[in-house]
Amino acid sequence: MATEIQSGKVHVQTTINGESVDFLAEPRESLLEVLRDNLGLTGAKEGCNNGNCGACNVVMDGVLVNSCCVLSVEAAGASIETIEGVASPEGLHPLQQSFLENAALQCGVCTPGFIVAAKALLEENPNPTEYEVRWWLAGNLCRCTGYDKIVRAVLDAAERMRAEA
Amino acid sequence: MAVDTRVGQTIKHHDEEYKVIGTRPIRHDGLEKVTGEARYGSDINLPGQLHGKVLRSPHAHARIVSIDTSGAEALDGVRAVITSAAFPDPGDKLTGGGEAPGLPLKFKSANMLARGKVHYHGHAIAAVAAANPHVAAEALKLIDVEYEVLDPVLEVWDAMKPDAPVIIEDLYTAKADGTTAEEASNVAAEMLYEVGDVDAGFAEADLVVDREFTFGVVHQGYIETHNATAHWLKDGHLHVWCSSQGAFTIRQELADLLDHPITKIHVVPMEIGGGFGGKTTAYLEPLAALLSRQTGHPVKMAMDRADVLKATGPTPGGYVRVKLGVTNDGMITAGYANLAFDAGGYPGSVVGAGCRCVFAPYNMPNAKVEGFDVVVNKPKTHAYRAPGATHAEFASETVVDEICRTLDIDPVEFRLKNSAKEGDWQLAMPPYPRIGHIECMEAARDSAQWQTPLETAPGKKRGRGIASGFWFNIGFTSSVTAKLNSDGSVTLLEGSTDIGGTRTSIAMQFAETLGISVEDVDPIVADTDSVGQTDVTGGSRVTFATGLAAHNAANDMKDQIVEGLADLWDVAADSITHADGTFSANGNSATVGEAAGLLEEEGVFPIGKNTVTPTREGGAFAVHIADVEVDDETGKVEVLRYTAVQDAGVAIYPPYVEGQMQGGVVQGVGWALNEEYVYDDDGHLLNASLLDYRMPTALDVPNIETIIVEVPNPGHPYGVRGVGEVPIVPPPAAMANAIHDATGVRMSHLPMSPARVQAALAAEA
Ligand code: FES
Ligand code: FES
Repeated sequence: MATEIQSGKVHVQTTINGESVDFLAEPRESLLEVLRDNLGLTGAKEGCNNGNCGACNVVMDGVLVNSCCVLSVEAAGASIETIEGVASPEGLHPLQQSFLENAALQCGVCTPGFIVAAKALLEENPNPTEYEVRWWLAGNLCRCTGYDKIVRAVLDAAERMRAEA
Repeated sequence: MAVDTRVGQTIKHHDEEYKVIGTRPIRHDGLEKVTGEARYGSDINLPGQLHGKVLRSPHAHARIVSIDTSGAEALDGVRAVITSAAFPDPGDKLTGGGEAPGLPLKFKSANMLARGKVHYHGHAIAAVAAANPHVAAEALKLIDVEYEVLDPVLEVWDAMKPDAPVIIEDLYTAKADGTTAEEASNVAAEMLYEVGDVDAGFAEADLVVDREFTFGVVHQGYIETHNATAHWLKDGHLHVWCSSQGAFTIRQELADLLDHPITKIHVVPMEIGGGFGGKTTAYLEPLAALLSRQTGHPVKMAMDRADVLKATGPTPGGYVRVKLGVTNDGMITAGYANLAFDAGGYPGSVVGAGCRCVFAPYNMPNAKVEGFDVVVNKPKTHAYRAPGATHAEFASETVVDEICRTLDIDPVEFRLKNSAKEGDWQLAMPPYPRIGHIECMEAARDSAQWQTPLETAPGKKRGRGIASGFWFNIGFTSSVTAKLNSDGSVTLLEGSTDIGGTRTSIAMQFAETLGISVEDVDPIVADTDSVGQTDVTGGSRVTFATGLAAHNAANDMKDQIVEGLADLWDVAADSITHADGTFSANGNSATVGEAAGLLEEEGVFPIGKNTVTPTREGGAFAVHIADVEVDDETGKVEVLRYTAVQDAGVAIYPPYVEGQMQGGVVQGVGWALNEEYVYDDDGHLLNASLLDYRMPTALDVPNIETIIVEVPNPGHPYGVRGVGEVPIVPPPAAMANAIHDATGVRMSHLPMSPARVQAALAAEA
């Protein structure tokens, strides 16, 4: 639900990582801004603010999106998953574990976006080829790793998840 | 043949066996980085914080006639507007011990906010602090600037012409002979390096190849944009949180630029989302500080991507000429090189470093290298991973390949025959210590890729290229303070911002020396108040120099433990031995953990510390092999297979050495094939977005096979050589040589973009 209130701000009700959340936002604010600056969910990063780097990836109603290109008011009534919701109280997601074990990050600023994107891939295709991984992740830029270890980490996690399934 | 590069190959040229060094622990900061909890610069939000934005010049070269900020100041929510008048007059002062000490401070100051004149498209003019970033952005539109637009000069070859418009009216060339030119020009400095007698050397040659190369401007392309948050307290204490390669450098620059006592400046290094040389200097920090002083509130600033591309410090475009003379049996007799690099809007390019590297892989009896630092109407350029070496060695390694083709000599054999080795001269440096170029070349020759014939495909143009690369690495100053906790664990404070796993490579050296596990060391990147002087994370120096400080600090702690135990056990300190983390003497023995407990009871808490400025960096060599396919219709080049070989000295933390190699290769591939600033004739940057400044994606590159060669550096107790930079050096030349192998065409400009390759193919046909 989104209700406009007097200050020109809009009251938005949404669900983030399974919890219902309310916020006030200016209509011009992006979902990324609201996540980071209003809600303190700073795991999603801004690398470009125009859909070219994937650092801000979140999943909205089951679809991988660049949150810098979504207006925050569009989150009304939606269900949003961010990097903060990927690990569970029991432990890390296999992708997170695999990124650590495969040394698939250097500076780490692209990592939340890659993990959110890769999780969306594996939910759609649990057994991707190396090409399919590279194709899916082509919307995420990493300037540090040269992608090699990231691609291996995703393939590795996919294998573990299939073994556990 | 499938090669598992997850654990790449390592070839050792030493017999040392270590317990911790060379293992693959999970990095200490990894967890926070895979969960999104790690705090990067722009993840900080302070109570009462305002947001700053910067107005930038729409012109490449113009005089500022007037600036009227009243419209912006009147906007609801705007709290302060500043122009260059907010900075103290730098007078004739020089910059202090920061990134490039000894340059006129007035240039750095004018690059923060333009003084009287704009030198490039995107040059900062004014800054605003407002209640939120949107209001700040609106306010920028209300600032009225009147410009007198001047003709821009964009390329070094134009800027060096005698009739070129002079960008800085009082810039007089610092000549190689130590004198200063009498007339102002765009050439800030000339340099000259000479060994032997080049004229005699060329006279001895049977074949002389002389070629010219040109380069577009490229950006480091870190994914995190620049940011800074500052809080100026009423008593003059200034707190700054930023993502920089060097917190101490930022502190020094703030002290210089704001004429503020260094003791009152406290810089907190936040996690940093990539730097590659581009985050070694301040841009937003001084503006945030001045806006905070003026408003009394903390001020947060962050660049958008267009600002980053337009107005931070990309690495230069320019010109390189390389001339090599060889005998018919393939011995180099002489080399000459001439390098002219963009300094950008103010003096100080990386051309000197390029000069030092251009012929570094070879031992030639006669060499002469000239360099020119040239001011043009582009952003002030900065370092990018082995700065200057990639340009220089693209040129020299292409010429070497041409010589091999012409004389029909195997390129590996030619390089082995002429290779630099221990004791040979280096330009402007003492002779080489033990180095690993020959060992790298042999490893490349024996590699799976080199030993597997290039697979041909009907109708496809495919080729293979090989190239060497050198980067000298840097020592600089590093500090470590390590505290022994009562359970035997160690809290290790170090000053080097961690861009890719160096907390762990430092902790591993500490653990090795003290004889504990790396999991028992908790490495922390400390702020400028909490640890000793530490220079930038750059020059591939952190694992080398900060690692050395950690080793020394561990020895210091060891000595203190020994002293404490000597008292306790009532034995002479020198009778206590230390092996595998256990201290023993006279029937007594204690592990580090047990010793910590015993000493705690005595009220003794050892703190090991060290500050060190090592100078024996050792120098790093790499040899790369590229297989490519060239589409002769579109000119697009695809990388089919790639092997990177590199002398790491001793690889402390191998997965992250491989990561540096793979990341450097892919940056080099981007530089080779795609990346370039595109300007119109008026000097407007036309591709200031990540869509149009196109860096490689996962789909553009194959896996990168790695071979770590270990030829220990005699200048480090564990044999470390820096590894971060040299892997970007060989890719453009390896790719160019592969393109020639595929098509017969020699490329002489970077990037070798599809349009350029297509044009070169058409010209050849
Ligand atoms: S910040 Fe959203 S795609 Fe780059
Ligand atoms: S790890 Fe630095 S951008 Fe990917």
